[in-house]
Amino acid sequence: MKTKVNMTPEKRRNTILSLLLIVAILGACAFLDANKYSYNYAISIIERSMIYAVVAVSMNLVNGFTGLFSLGQAGFMALGAYVTAILTIPVDQRASVYYISGIHPAIANLHAPILVALILGGLVAAAFAALIGIPVLRLKSDYLAIATLGFAEIIRALISAPQLDTITNGSYGLKSIPGFSSLFQVLALTVVCIGLMVLLINSSFGRMFKAVREDEIAAEAMGINLFKTKELSFVISSFFAGVSGGMLAMFMRSIDSKTFQVSLTYDILLIVVIGGIGSVTGSVLGAFLVTAGRELLRFFDEPLYIGSINIPLFRPGFRMVIFSILLMVVVLFYSRGLMGTNEFSWNGILGFFRGLGKKKVKKARGKV
Amino acid sequence: MSLTTFLQQCLTGISLGGAYALIAIGYTMVYGILRLINFAHGDIFMMAGYFMIFAMASLPWYIAVPVTLITTTALGVGIERVAYKPLRSAPRMSVMISAIGVSYLLQNLATYLFTALPMGYPEIPVLKHVYKIGGLSASFVTFLTPVLTLVLVYLLITLIQHTKMGMAMRAVSKDYETASLMGIDINKTISLTFAIGSLLAAVGSILYFTDRMTVYPYSGSLPGMKCFVAAVFGGIGSIPGAVVGGFLIGLGETALVAAGYSTFSDAFTFVILIVVLLVRPTGLFGEKTTNKV
Repeated sequence: MKTKVNMTPEKRRNTILSLLLIVAILGACAFLDANKYSYNYAISIIERSMIYAVVAVSMNLVNGFTGLFSLGQAGFMALGAYVTAILTIPVDQRASVYYISGIHPAIANLHAPILVALILGGLVAAAFAALIGIPVLRLKSDYLAIATLGFAEIIRALISAPQLDTITNGSYGLKSIPGFSSLFQVLALTVVCIGLMVLLINSSFGRMFKAVREDEIAAEAMGINLFKTKELSFVISSFFAGVSGGMLAMFMRSIDSKTFQVSLTYDILLIVVIGGIGSVTGSVLGAFLVTAGRELLRFFDEPLYIGSINIPLFRPGFRMVIFSILLMVVVLFYSRGLMGTNEFSWNGILGFFRGLGKKKVKKARGKV
Repeated sequence: MSLTTFLQQCLTGISLGGAYALIAIGYTMVYGILRLINFAHGDIFMMAGYFMIFAMASLPWYIAVPVTLITTTALGVGIERVAYKPLRSAPRMSVMISAIGVSYLLQNLATYLFTALPMGYPEIPVLKHVYKIGGLSASFVTFLTPVLTLVLVYLLITLIQHTKMGMAMRAVSKDYETASLMGIDINKTISLTFAIGSLLAAVGSILYFTDRMTVYPYSGSLPGMKCFVAAVFGGIGSIPGAVVGGFLIGLGETALVAAGYSTFSDAFTFVILIVVLLVRPTGLFGEKTTNKV
């Protein structure tokens, strides 16, 4: 029996292109994974990009889709990272990790598989978010920003407090965290996390978030419970921030409270803004561009010689200046970022290239 | 704790609070007029520290101080022109991201230009002169800070209440569009607000860093946030509120450090913020009872 597939040629083309892209990504990952040792650097860039993509999408969920300006991401990542680290550091190595002040008996033998630890890390972050959300989400946008920023700082202060030395190892941080065994592990986690958030955004909850973003009063008049909707978005976003924090801990193998400074939140904000506030694919694209760009532009920090003349601009720190100027340029002149609120689509990409082609043709004609 | 130690700590707290108050005024004025948290304000304060270091390197202190004040004011006004003015009609989130961008830029620029290592702050001999009263000993700057703060605040309030420019500022903060219809030059008024805020931040910076001795690129971010909390605590938009908030935060922080909880002294500020927002979102001096600037 034949099944008839009803597809326009355009749709069929898009499906084929999507499948090709997936195969290409999987192939590239398999290739990199097989030659782990020669592509160490590339793999670490890709893993970091994926982790940042998860947290950028989670930030976008709150900031871009619900319209709440939250800057607490680093704090929630810290919670997730510490929970994951405490649960996954091998029990026999704990004595050497906590050699300064000893380990609290309650967590000395607590151990969980990676996946459970990551989810628990996310849940702890989500629980804190739910708690902090009750007072904070009633605030207007700018108070919310500073309150969440402050909350992230409180978490950081608590983590490095000497009173919690036996749990967080204070300012010495945690090390010997088991890393990822392969690139596919990170890829799978990233795809699942972002996939879940995309499903949420496309569900009726996602439409509620967008309604709140567009007009709170109108949304309330349509029967949306403002506080519950905001709280839901905030808690879910924090859950994924926590998971990505756990992933970051596994990626870095060692963490301390300085890892999760406000500048981490700013880095993620940069990704979200460059990708486009309100676009998931934009955030993913932004994560890869910013992370890879940061590594590839390392030559800005090296002294540069043209002939024998030293160009004085190039020295450590120049890279970050360029990044911050880039952020300002995007904010001031391209406030829509790469994708605006659009999502990636083959039609969009093809249309973009066709547009470019036409422009080129026009320019060429103009010159003649 | 003996009485002397207690008084000594109080003195430190009041002095720190004075510097905080001067910075908090910048936040409260900008918020009052633009409804914007100027995230870059703490970094303007940090840059003022660096300006002072370089000014003192070649100039005597009585010239270096005005030079620092002028360059910092120019920086503040310049930032407003470049980063906030083009976004007057943009959504609030864009302006806030722009403010964060400026803060990020200033921190990275300072790291690039002056390296991340702390730089020694020059000593002004007059300010560092140590006085002893009974069992108390403190440098001149400790006594000067609260006095200077109160004098400056008095001048500022006079400016706002009794001059034409101050009236324009009050009008713009009440209603932006109506004020412009009445023939008030909005851009000039906003520039003036940033100029005053940055000037006070520069004064605060000199007083603050003379006690701290070193400046590094991130030395502005935490005091900046604390001063914003001070402004919220006192009731944002209110200048007396910012001053009271600054002094209270300075005292509270010093008390925690004295009690041996120095790791929590930063967290304390944010706990205050959350409590204030929960219990009394308008702060100590609510918007209705005081003039917004």
